[in-house]
Amino acid sequence: MVTTADIWQWLEEVSDPEIPVLTVVDLGVIRSVECDGTTAHVVITPTYSGCPAMKMIEEQIIEKLKEKGVDACTVELTLAPAWTTDWITEAGKNKLREYGIAPPENEPDKTVLFAKPTVVPCPKCGSSNTRMISLFGSTACKAHYQCNDCLEPYDYFKCLR
Amino acid sequence: MNQAQVEFVLRIADDSLILGHRLSEWCGHGPILEEDIAMTNIALDLIGQATTLLNHAATLQGQGKTGDDLAFLRFDREYRNLLLVEQPNGDFGMTMMRQFLFDAYRVLLFERLQSSSDEMISAIAEKSLKETKYHFKHSSEWVIRLGDGTDESHNRVQESLNTLWRYTDELFYADAVDAAMLTSGVCPDLSDLRVQWEQTVHHVLNEATLSIPTNNWKQEGGRKGMHSEHLGYILAEMQYMQRAYPNMEW
Repeated sequence: MVTTADIWQWLEEVSDPEIPVLTVVDLGVIRSVECDGTTAHVVITPTYSGCPAMKMIEEQIIEKLKEKGVDACTVELTLAPAWTTDWITEAGKNKLREYGIAPPENEPDKTVLFAKPTVVPCPKCGSSNTRMISLFGSTACKAHYQCNDCLEPYDYFKCLR
Repeated sequence: MNQAQVEFVLRIADDSLILGHRLSEWCGHGPILEEDIAMTNIALDLIGQATTLLNHAATLQGQGKTGDDLAFLRFDREYRNLLLVEQPNGDFGMTMMRQFLFDAYRVLLFERLQSSSDEMISAIAEKSLKETKYHFKHSSEWVIRLGDGTDESHNRVQESLNTLWRYTDELFYADAVDAAMLTSGVCPDLSDLRVQWEQTVHHVLNEATLSIPTNNWKQEGGRKGMHSEHLGYILAEMQYMQRAYPNMEW
């Protein structure tokens, strides 16, 4: 008999297609899991409106549960409440840093013009002497930074809330 | 079917769709790699918003159509986007100015739509607001940097402002559709939108050392399907595959 706890545990084996170091659970996109012993229902939410990874995440979840013996699984997409980087787990933030991506920092509201720039420490050497290269990066969820000390160019998982 | 509500959703959806398509034209042509990536990232957010909004419009219509049908199989007079968002990209300064004037409006609109009585609209607004604030930060910083930059960048972005200013009245266009949406609670009161938009825009343009055009000729029509000559060319490119190979998917 499959329990919701089993499913949560199995979802820990499904990684984000674009940032494979994170699982979908680390990322906080799994909103709820229901299971009546044989059929499972998983609710997910997109990180960004146009995130192209959502379809793949859905397919990977169904595939993983099938592999574990759950043949009947539905995945539902929900928009509210809207995903925020606050839902990335502490374990997820540490994994990001080890992978070379700076995890989200506590940023001021984007509509505050001329706000003091947020310090994003370098994931490689830990220096706070870094600069933003671009507000946008390789995926919708990242910005591009460089360390002024060790010169490492790196992605920053930008704060969304 | 609530015709007014479909119309209301199409207006928001088409703004996202057409501006998203416009920005995607920069793909591979950005002045620097970082901005090429930035504009296509913003385009992706906008197309994502358009997808959920058009799907919602199709559901409200209840005629068995999909969001894709609405995106790819309508004629120009059936699009409800603002004239501002269909204007050509021009140079990078023109694109950033168009984006800034639109983002400043969109942040305010989505803030209010979060309390819509239509749960889908409120969910889309909450989601889109987070993204739009980020777009606004990007476009307003560029307007300031270009306006308060070299003589060349200042003059070019001032010219862009002069060209685009005539389309800004339409941001606050309101007719019977909006009145019906206010009554049903789908759209909260937007009467203070213009004052707040002007405050934000004046603040940024002032920092950018740019002056607001004094020529007050204003053009509108997009909300009623009366578009500038540019929309037809956008649709020709956007709809080509679906028209040439009906029902194709990949």
